[in-house]
Amino acid sequence: MYSQKIAITFGKFLNQGITMAELDKLQDIVTQTRRDILRMVHDVNSGHPGGSLGCTEFFIALYHEIMDLKDDFHMDGKDEDIFFLSNGHISPVWYSVLARKGYFPVKEMETFRKLNSRLQGHPTTHEGLPGIRVSSGSLGQGMSVAIGAALAKKLNGDDHLVYSLHGDGELQEGQNWEAIMYAAGNKVDNIISTVDRNGQQIDGPTEDVLPLGNLKPKFEAFGWDVIEIQDGNNLEAVIKGLNEAKSRTGKGKPVAIILDTVMGHGVNFMMGTHAWHGKAPNDEQLEDALSQNAETLGDY
Amino acid sequence: MQYTDQGKKDTRSGYGAAMTELGRSHPNVVALCADLVGSLKIEDFIEENPKRFFQTGIAEANMMGIAAGLTIGGKIPFASTFANFATGRVYDQIRQSIAYSGKNVKICASHAGLTLGEDGATHQILEDIGMMKMLPGMTVINPCDFNQTKAATLAIADYEGPVYLRFGRPKVANFTPVDQKFEIGKAVLLQEGTDVTIIATGHLVWPALIAADNLKNQGISAEVLNIHTIKPLDEKAVLKSVKKTGCVVTAEEHNFLGGLGESIARTLAVQYPTPQEFVATQDTFGESGTAEELMDKYGLNNKAIEDAVVRVKNRK
Repeated sequence: MYSQKIAITFGKFLNQGITMAELDKLQDIVTQTRRDILRMVHDVNSGHPGGSLGCTEFFIALYHEIMDLKDDFHMDGKDEDIFFLSNGHISPVWYSVLARKGYFPVKEMETFRKLNSRLQGHPTTHEGLPGIRVSSGSLGQGMSVAIGAALAKKLNGDDHLVYSLHGDGELQEGQNWEAIMYAAGNKVDNIISTVDRNGQQIDGPTEDVLPLGNLKPKFEAFGWDVIEIQDGNNLEAVIKGLNEAKSRTGKGKPVAIILDTVMGHGVNFMMGTHAWHGKAPNDEQLEDALSQNAETLGDY
Repeated sequence: MQYTDQGKKDTRSGYGAAMTELGRSHPNVVALCADLVGSLKIEDFIEENPKRFFQTGIAEANMMGIAAGLTIGGKIPFASTFANFATGRVYDQIRQSIAYSGKNVKICASHAGLTLGEDGATHQILEDIGMMKMLPGMTVINPCDFNQTKAATLAIADYEGPVYLRFGRPKVANFTPVDQKFEIGKAVLLQEGTDVTIIATGHLVWPALIAADNLKNQGISAEVLNIHTIKPLDEKAVLKSVKKTGCVVTAEEHNFLGGLGESIARTLAVQYPTPQEFVATQDTFGESGTAEELMDKYGLNNKAIEDAVVRVKNRK
């Protein structure tokens, strides 16, 4: 099991600049996370592999390199950075990252989506799973919650940051735009909201279902500082982009990242299509997918 | 009658007065509002605690989410707007981000029911108690006058968990003690009687007392129970009274589907089947009019309660 302590030491070292060797180690975690995602959804023949695979680099960068985290989980998240997953359906990637970061036993991934599990189909606080601070799954609610947590940090004099992740299709929910308007209007500048711009949603390409258009000028028109990460599946690019985003906080504007990813990244037959948004691989497909992502840290 | 109207006041002002006190006594209490500060009477709180107030604009969904997020940093958010916009409009936000997430948010809803008046049915929600009581873990409170609303607001600040607090717009009789101790989930026995139990909540409690007085002149001894907490329901108090009187009338400014009456009926059906009559709206929307006219037209007054008592006594 990848221990929390190692992760934290590792993170500090990396802050001084990323060497190839260090990047390789993070890449190993990325690969193992992809295996975890595939094995979890295959085991219960349900869940959402596409978006999970596409966001793996983002999660590894965030939890292993970017966020300042305490060793133990505290719901109040005081004096540490906190993260909200608004598009809760990509729970497999989050569960793998949390488990391998030491929040709960790696073996617990076996219980994903099964009866009496803390690893519900969509993330919840209800079963007391460490690492989760609000339930998500019904889309469009996470940014509001993240803003609330960011406001509480300001009231508490806590200068740590709040991160959130959103699907691009999720931006079709109107509540996001209430939140986007609020955050800029109230100078919530301790929040970094990332949009996973994979261009896909359940019914097809986002631009066919309901066009989102160019998101950068939309966020900017609302008063956000916006960063684009062109290759959201390149770990180094993601880390660089997130660090850039961090440097833009505290300047009177909320910060958005438009993260271009490929849905299903890392598995050739899942890439770039909405077909694997919410579908699990069968036995043969799993074998094929795993062969493209060799075991690095040991399967759960 | 043993109760005296200390002078008509609106229940929402009870909320505002309590918020002013909480602003001074509870540093973690914060307030949110969606463009209805004046209607919710929280100007004093805002003036004294500008940094602890969050104006969300006309964006209730975002307000509920922000409230949920604020609890994560240890704040106690009081999110307030009209009852219609505090419930039906944002049911899923409350369900997922607050109730299912177990967040310590106080949803404070004014202008509930018909007594909102002239604005009409678009704003007169009569389904909110039902929606809120169906959410697992949600406490639902509907106080009856200024003093009780103030006491309830103070009490929920010290209670950990999501709460729906429902109050109203018009000035109504203020008759409960100013220094009352408000116990969440505890019924208040307002008047003892032996022939019928009248169980009332919110704006129907005062009419219930008037009805009991009028019934006394007809030789009917009515017990009056004020249920301010619809969930969790004080089943013990209900059963104790009903076992004595043998019949019950429930009275509320809400649809008979999903309201207090239905909660009482369920309790009685399971534990002590008893004839019951419902004073409530009959699965209808409201309309424009003065509060008083509407309560009369839709049968939510002391006369309706008295008629219901006569009907239910005949079914004993």
